[in-house]
Amino acid sequence: MISFENASVRYSGAGSDALTGVDLVVPPGEFCLVVGPTGSGKTTLLGAATGHVPHFTGGLLRGRVLVGGRDTRTHPPRELADVVGMVGQRPMDGFVTDSVEDELAFVMESLALEPAVMRRRVEETLDLLGLADVRRKSLAELSSGQQQRVAIGAALTAHPQVLVLDEPTSALDPGAAEDVLAALHRLVHDLGVTVLLSEHRLERVVQYADSVLSLTAPGEPVRYGPPGEVLAESRVAPPVVALGKLAGWSPLPVSVRDARRLAPALLQRLGDAAPPVRECSAGPPPAGDPVLSAHGLWQRYRNGPAVLRGVDLDVRAGEVLAIMGRNGAGKTTLLSALQGGLKPERGTVTLDGDPVHTVSARARRRLVSLVPQEPGDLLYLDTVDAECAQADTESGAAPGSTLALLARLIPGVLAELDPRDLSEGQRLSLVLAIQLAGGPRVVLLDEPTRGLDYAAKDRLTEILTDLARAGTAVALSSHDVEFVAATADRVAVLSDGEVIADAPTVEVVLSSPTYAPQVAKILAPGAWLTVHHVERALGAGQPLPSDAADLLSSPEVLR
Amino acid sequence: MSSTGARLLGARLPTHPLAWWIWALGLAAAASRTTNPLLLVLIVAAAAFVVAARRRPTTWARGFRAYLIFGLVVVAIRTVFHIVLGGGYGETVLVWLPEIALPEWSAGIRIGGAVTAEGLASAVYDGMRLATLLVSVGAAVTLADPRRLLKSLPGALYEAGLVVVVAVSMAPALIESTVRVRRARQLRGTSTRGLRAFRSIAMPVLDQALGRAVALAAAMDARGYGRVGSLTAGARRTSAVLLLGGLLGLCLAAYGLLDAATPGSVAVPALVVGVAASVTGLVIGSRRMVRSRYRPDRFDLRSALVALCGLVVAALFFLTELSGPAVSHPSTFPLVWPQLALLPLIGIAIAASPGVLSTQVEAFGTFSGESAVNTPAEVTFSGESAVKSGRVSAR
Repeated sequence: MISFENASVRYSGAGSDALTGVDLVVPPGEFCLVVGPTGSGKTTLLGAATGHVPHFTGGLLRGRVLVGGRDTRTHPPRELADVVGMVGQRPMDGFVTDSVEDELAFVMESLALEPAVMRRRVEETLDLLGLADVRRKSLAELSSGQQQRVAIGAALTAHPQVLVLDEPTSALDPGAAEDVLAALHRLVHDLGVTVLLSEHRLERVVQYADSVLSLTAPGEPVRYGPPGEVLAESRVAPPVVALGKLAGWSPLPVSVRDARRLAPALLQRLGDAAPPVRECSAGPPPAGDPVLSAHGLWQRYRNGPAVLRGVDLDVRAGEVLAIMGRNGAGKTTLLSALQGGLKPERGTVTLDGDPVHTVSARARRRLVSLVPQEPGDLLYLDTVDAECAQADTESGAAPGSTLALLARLIPGVLAELDPRDLSEGQRLSLVLAIQLAGGPRVVLLDEPTRGLDYAAKDRLTEILTDLARAGTAVALSSHDVEFVAATADRVAVLSDGEVIADAPTVEVVLSSPTYAPQVAKILAPGAWLTVHHVERALGAGQPLPSDAADLLSSPEVLR
Repeated sequence: MSSTGARLLGARLPTHPLAWWIWALGLAAAASRTTNPLLLVLIVAAAAFVVAARRRPTTWARGFRAYLIFGLVVVAIRTVFHIVLGGGYGETVLVWLPEIALPEWSAGIRIGGAVTAEGLASAVYDGMRLATLLVSVGAAVTLADPRRLLKSLPGALYEAGLVVVVAVSMAPALIESTVRVRRARQLRGTSTRGLRAFRSIAMPVLDQALGRAVALAAAMDARGYGRVGSLTAGARRTSAVLLLGGLLGLCLAAYGLLDAATPGSVAVPALVVGVAASVTGLVIGSRRMVRSRYRPDRFDLRSALVALCGLVVAALFFLTELSGPAVSHPSTFPLVWPQLALLPLIGIAIAASPGVLSTQVEAFGTFSGESAVNTPAEVTFSGESAVKSGRVSAR
């Protein structure tokens, strides 16, 4: 259905290929998952399949890409609209109209389908994606999961044979992501659509995939084949695969269900080894006194309904607190209020007993700092160096200290680079360095893992854990259950503006199927959360199988 | 509206966006024919009444208040300019401002000096007229979603129209991104005022706006926007020339009709030629567009009535002006209390009547389920595309 014939892409002005010698055929009706670290060329590969590369992005395509028998060299994307549909990361950015029905009809209008056909397809698509209830709503009123489903529907009404999706669930909470993926799964099964999908959080999608296309780095050959085989050798792998490698399972399981059947042997080997103490609910909380406390916090959005309804929450020194909850549950508002950027409508947010919103912005920067959802918002200068120097001035730190901090967070970022050219992970580290320059007592992060690959997330976990161990209070909001399981000491779950759970991580994540990480699901009822915990316990106990030991000696393989 | 009336007017289809625009432009034309502050206030009140009764809660609809505020700002600016720079005719001096002596070559321009009641009234009247024009257009934008209006545009204008609408709808996103970036500046503890701050806020906002624009262009491209039909380059050029020429003629005609000083002998031929050229251009150009329309709006009896209201209002104000300046243009020298007359008051009542005549503008198609299915859809594609759609629907 999609065939790459020795395709290479080089962008104009670039010294090397972004994609080299891709030669493969994705058969019809296959769900193909594209994996690879940041910057390995996933977006380029997807773009080549829709004709956006090179028609829209510029650059040189060598070789040939055929989609549904049409050559992308001679067919620009608009002439492929009836064969291939495209869905991006941020659905709102791609919406042309502002109502659900009109959005679904847009592509059919372009294709000049007959009104009766359009009408029928819109109804079918509304049912297929579960959007019938919101058909008359404005797109801006929808939840992000619904918006993403509308975006998929908008591509689907053209009845394309191929659907290309670039990280469609990266902004969604676990529940909404499940909905979107289940809808895709149905399309593959019922309509025989070929799906090409890229995703960083493999644990969410890999069980749906028929095949995996793995990219390592620009210029290196791609691997394509059944998920288990490809992921076994890939640099990125979901926890279930990493655990399988660690335990030496063969064939490698890619779904939690398959892994669970193999789990009893591993549980036996783990035996009485207790899960790491820090995550154990039995122990006393390791944290110190509350630094930042919210009491009975009410907050409403402009004149709309209340977003926070009487939130009580402590952020303690030396502890990483994760705030979880659906999209729209009030996480971002809570973080803003904790930082003091919003004046509480009712209730208080106190920092050592003083209301935090009364502290001046300049002074607050050195006490409570927040890394917003779009780290790029904080950056405005032309070079990394200039941003760091500016941060030194703002926070009254010694010249050069932010740059030094950045070098500790991520070695090797060039000071002369434009911040906009950094990868997501590098940019996040830069913003983190800027916000840490004043040596704040509390660090808040809003959705920090968006767009990060496994390696970058592991690095962030290390950074945040180190900060907490040094006595800083850390609070973050996240949808990423694996990241939270690996990073947080305590989890608070927000729902509809109220805290419905506030307990040590292990208690919260084990009690909910939505928030449980893969390892916990596989090794239930044991209280194991991450591959690293299992790895440590095994390392302390019996010797490992030889290939697993090899893997451990090069930790990045696990990531 | 009583159920009998509703039955008389047929099914409750949403009022056609074009009808709202004709109504609003009628109000604007009426406002352009008078400087009577009482009438102008009444026109604004009529527009506000209709908007309050008929708007729907979407992004577009929240803007009416902004237009009202903008109108007030216009009046204020006009007044301030008059006070500072205005000629001080009239006898009732309200206040003396210190006058700045200007060199001789600037004869006729004055800064400061006497502020008279007569001059002030004339300035305020003028400002109010402009403000009323603005509010009328605001009412149209509020009531008729530009995106729905787009559906009623002839095919030849569709692409250009979509670009304009999409550009305008970027505004909310731009505001949101400005708010976010300002908040981010506060997070860094820097000031959000001043020139340096402006740069630090403008850069990321622009960066994000460009990013969004590129993403949108990519999405539109992927969804078949701009697929080419079967029109030769020559025909395309003819269509463009005819369209532009026709629009120019229409502009001339509009100016001639609205400006009392231009003789009708210029305006009428310009109107005829302009309309003819535009229509020909549209017909030729529309053959190029291979598009169909999903559930287009219908121009039913109700919509016709709404449009008619606008036209009648404009006509009544024209008649009022023809019958003498006493009502339309109350004298400011000597300053007299503005009068009202029956004719324009009837006009105001008619201007407000769509508030009860039209149907509630609901979000996106208020068709009741049944009538929606039976809506005869309009098709604007040529033979070639019919074959294409046949193929696809056969699949």
